[in-house]
Amino acid sequence: MFENVGVLSVVTFTPIVGALFILLVVRGTEEEVARNSRWAALWVSLFTFLASLYIWIMFDPATPDFQFVESVPWIPEYDIYYRMGVDGISMFFVLLSTFLTPICILASWDAIKTRVREYMIAFLVLETFMIGMFCALDFVVFYIFFEAVLIPMFLIIGVWGGPRRVYAAFKFFLYTLLGSVLMLLAIITLYHQANTTSIITLLGFAVDPNVQTWLWLAFFASFAVKIPMWPVHTWLPDAHVEAPTAGSVILAGVLLKMGGYGFLRFSIGMLPVASDFFAPFVFALSAVAVIYTSLVALAQVDMKKLIAYSSVAHMGFVTVGIFAMNEQAVAGSIIQMLSHGVVSAALFLCVGVVYDRIHSREIADYGGLVHRMPRYAAVFLVFTLASIGLPGTSGFVGEILILVGIFQVSTWICALIATGMILGAGYMLYLYRRVIFGELTKDNLKSILDLNAREIAIFAPLILVVLWMGIYPLSFLLPIEVSVAKLVADYNAALAAVADTTSVAVR
Amino acid sequence: MTHALPVMLPALPEIFLAVFGMVLMMVGVFSSEKRAYRTVSTFSIMALILALLMVLFQGTDRILAFNGLFIVDGFAAYMKVLVLAGSAVTLIMSDRFLRKEGMDRFEYPILIVFASLGMMMMISSNDLISLYIGLELQSLSLYVIAAFQRDSTRSTEAGLKYFVLGALSSGLLLYGCSMIYGFAGTTDFGLIAKQLADGGEPAIGLIVGLVFLIAGLAFKVSAVPFHMWTPDVYEGAPTPVTAFFSVAPKIAAIALFLRVMVGPFEAMLVEWRQIIVFVSILSMVLGALAAINQTNIKRLMAYSSIGHVGYALIGLAAGGREGITAVLVYMTIYLVMTMGTFACILSMRQKGEMVESIDSLAGLGKSNPPMALALLIFMFSMAGIPPLAGFFGKLYIFMAALDAGLVALAIIGVVTSVFGAFYYLRIVKVMYFDETVEPLEQPIGKGVGAVMAITAVVTVVFFIGLSPVLEIADAAAASLFAT
Repeated sequence: MFENVGVLSVVTFTPIVGALFILLVVRGTEEEVARNSRWAALWVSLFTFLASLYIWIMFDPATPDFQFVESVPWIPEYDIYYRMGVDGISMFFVLLSTFLTPICILASWDAIKTRVREYMIAFLVLETFMIGMFCALDFVVFYIFFEAVLIPMFLIIGVWGGPRRVYAAFKFFLYTLLGSVLMLLAIITLYHQANTTSIITLLGFAVDPNVQTWLWLAFFASFAVKIPMWPVHTWLPDAHVEAPTAGSVILAGVLLKMGGYGFLRFSIGMLPVASDFFAPFVFALSAVAVIYTSLVALAQVDMKKLIAYSSVAHMGFVTVGIFAMNEQAVAGSIIQMLSHGVVSAALFLCVGVVYDRIHSREIADYGGLVHRMPRYAAVFLVFTLASIGLPGTSGFVGEILILVGIFQVSTWICALIATGMILGAGYMLYLYRRVIFGELTKDNLKSILDLNAREIAIFAPLILVVLWMGIYPLSFLLPIEVSVAKLVADYNAALAAVADTTSVAVR
Repeated sequence: MTHALPVMLPALPEIFLAVFGMVLMMVGVFSSEKRAYRTVSTFSIMALILALLMVLFQGTDRILAFNGLFIVDGFAAYMKVLVLAGSAVTLIMSDRFLRKEGMDRFEYPILIVFASLGMMMMISSNDLISLYIGLELQSLSLYVIAAFQRDSTRSTEAGLKYFVLGALSSGLLLYGCSMIYGFAGTTDFGLIAKQLADGGEPAIGLIVGLVFLIAGLAFKVSAVPFHMWTPDVYEGAPTPVTAFFSVAPKIAAIALFLRVMVGPFEAMLVEWRQIIVFVSILSMVLGALAAINQTNIKRLMAYSSIGHVGYALIGLAAGGREGITAVLVYMTIYLVMTMGTFACILSMRQKGEMVESIDSLAGLGKSNPPMALALLIFMFSMAGIPPLAGFFGKLYIFMAALDAGLVALAIIGVVTSVFGAFYYLRIVKVMYFDETVEPLEQPIGKGVGAVMAITAVVTVVFFIGLSPVLEIADAAAASLFAT
């Protein structure tokens, strides 16, 4: 049964094995349990990260096909198999998940003091579900991972979150659940059409154009909530504000990308006719999202909420890029998602640093931090500029590609979302000025300490990746490009085929 | 009469249980009062397990016995295994509760044995007469155990309510049977099916009879609008009895429902499907909405079970082999989850007394992590969140529904499942997000603890065994369509 289990399964299931280990083996006094759980979780997640690097190293950027494919019969009666594999679109999302998890565990080292063991277990379980979702090549397997993510995230927000955590956790859970159950029906309908749940087969399967509209809407319900798009984004600010720092990092860093990944893989890949039909609708929503949420972000007094709204704006860029459907825009939106995954994660960590010290997220409670925390000011600056999209940082690459791509489709949309970049610079720099610059007047800030070694260890890899992606994006673009080219070509071919049949029918 | 024995052989597990039950009554009466309960309970569990093994060894060949009154096939075997397992587990779980509450009288296990016998008769019935006899044997035993806590007004009230409403529903059912007999001229399922298949438009009287029959059956499975008794009886009956009610009789009644609908009345699918769809939607909606405000966990489980019946009925409405398979898988998973949940509820004791309010679970995540984890698993599973077992039950149901073209029903089903998720999450919230007020008593006892642990593990790793379960359920469903 296990002869064709490969590196993807190892990467996916190592964290959950680690979680089981912590659950069953770690014993002792409360302090010992906490310490051992932290270390065990860190080592497990680091090992997972190293194993996932192997995927990148061995990944062949020349082929658009799925690689490291695994296939084990699971429910053969329904042609449901345990199928795994990655291509250029999904590979970096796997890496993003494995990269952020050890950082999250490090970031929670001192911040989480109660039920440390359960916390670490929840994070490792969450990691398994995230990786599995990006690797799954079977719809049922995909759906299971996609929805299973809700369980650990619900607990992370609800148990270790802020004062309104119960409300935020319920809202997060029920909102996303409502979206995904509709997707379940769409998946079953696809299954009844093609008699398989294999994603590879379904990607090459021409779904009846009359059904596509409904299926597209069902998928949209799920992914639009997840990514999230205006007007179904309201769960995000609540969840972000109440979640513990590491929870926000994973939410912004990985969970939002599930929506974008879903659009790319399923909406575009399987339902091209409906995607083409609904593209203007998505553009409209995204343009509203970019401008509206940027303005909302300007008015925020809570740092986390501000960054949460900026996430919605950035994801508006991504959805525009995805549905522009040319190679630049799609590749750009993938880069933008990866960049946002790192940058917004880092920004939440920056908030976490001062929150751990002062226990406030109000912007008004800060000011003049540069006098006491020069290193922190420098780190925060890097990520602020990356979020704005300054050339040389990762944010620039994605945004410029998306703008170039969308310009070919509609100059108006291009102009509208470019406004978002300006507003983005506005709210980020305004935030930076209020927190970092100015006189240091607050008494409780006068003794605040700069970054310690652990925090530097957290931020160093993040800065490295941000600059790497900004200065030499080719190492990321190269594996993505081929898969994206195939996706775009298939999409155009499917549209052309449908256009042919309709014109024949008209004649 | 040399061939009498082979003719009775298909009913061997039933005969065994009946004889053993009567012997146990003697044992109970003649052993000393202190030891009576212990002995009878142990033997009852053994008898149920033995009967289960007999059912397994009997095989799945289709055999008619007693002039077509009684049928044994794959479907019957599958359902009997579920029922017997449910009954045996209930007895194991009840033990500690009964002794602590001073209810450890030997009649209790015997009544459960007779109820199980009635359920097996129901499952194996192939005639309106044997259907009714099985149903009544089961119901009469259940009326008595509902009121088993004689000194408690709540329990006696529950028993009385159940009896009055149950008698009414039996009346409806019997009336339906008589109508069907009047218009079909036979009570035999096979002959009714043949008549309907041959002769075009069914007589109006037959349809009226069928409606009454469905009303009676809907009462037994507690589907809306015949659910009124459920919350009160669940709340009032002693907790182990509630656990029993929510599993074995429900499974048996669903089995009977399936057999009657797809057996004799298969040809009238168009007629009864409307009713089932209607009942199913109402059950799901009520199960999801009415549970939200409950503070008593047993009442909450009552509404939860109403909701679950609604989902199971989607499978019946879908009909066909796929639909029936989905119901079988759903009921299997339901059995496991519900047993586990009731194991948790049976462990809710504070200061030497049973507690039933949801708030008393506060802080369980800290005060008793293993039990909280188990209950968390059951709650997420009942809400249908993958990768837990409950999700797969719903998956098959919705697959069958969409295959049968019941799109609206499927959409209502998934949306109500989101509403339903709310109250399951609330229990998780109370356990993990709230602070302990008064911790529950520990330890929780071996029997209950074992049931809890085993069912929790099964719920989590159910996905591994999906394929074999599906295969067996599919074969069982297929046997229902064989004639």
